[in-house]
Amino acid sequence: MALASFTFFALAIIAVASAVGVLIARSPIYSALSLILNLLCVAGLYLTMNASFIGVIQILVYAGAIMVLVLFVIMLLNLDALPSPRDIGWGPVAGFLFGVVVLMQLLYVILVGFDISLEPATPVMTAETGSAETLGIMLFTEYALHLQVAAILLLAATIGAVMLAQRSFE
Amino acid sequence: MEVALDWYLALSAVMFTIGVLGVLIKRNAIVLLMCVELMLNAVNVALVGFSQTLADPTGQMLVFFSISVAAAEAAIGLAIIIALFRNKRTVNINDINLFKH
Repeated sequence: MALASFTFFALAIIAVASAVGVLIARSPIYSALSLILNLLCVAGLYLTMNASFIGVIQILVYAGAIMVLVLFVIMLLNLDALPSPRDIGWGPVAGFLFGVVVLMQLLYVILVGFDISLEPATPVMTAETGSAETLGIMLFTEYALHLQVAAILLLAATIGAVMLAQRSFE
Repeated sequence: MEVALDWYLALSAVMFTIGVLGVLIKRNAIVLLMCVELMLNAVNVALVGFSQTLADPTGQMLVFFSISVAAAEAAIGLAIIIALFRNKRTVNINDINLFKH
């Protein structure tokens, strides 16, 4: 159990640090690389929860496909880092305060939730409920219609992306 | 120390807040999209945590569909950014004010 908690805390610290790295990086390419590290750490966290299917999907779709798309667009647009504003306006300060308020609210809800017993299943976090077999059976029986709708959504997004990217305004 | 659900929820809250901060502070449209992905990820961590703790795979189905919606969102968002960049030669959201005039 000590090893499991060590893995969790190591991954969590790297995930939070790389998420902060997305914010403080000047160049979008460093933001994207930090985000890839964050997504890989989150995939590792899914594996510590024994959710192997979602972990693999996370690596394939997020860290693979989506981030390659983002990096490709950054390369295509050939962006320089935006000039950092010399004077910090009220905008970032207000944004920071709002973010702190959001964090306080979320942590307060979690702290209140410490008392509420959710009656976790025994044994907790089994590999069985997160396996590809369980999820695959659910996906093709109970959620078959949802799967079709998701397929149509992805088709529409593909067509829309092609139409938007090749169209020039005026 | 046993790693319980609460730690995953706390991590999820912190990551969500970092995403909110990024959307509020950053000025680059692509980084804004990445911060939205960060927020989606934070919510996914909470969903998987609940799902695995309660031994109910439904939460993980929701995460599966949320990931596919995120893929669609990223494709459309980046296409919009490319179209905007062709038109305005910038991705700084302070300079993108098409609806203002």
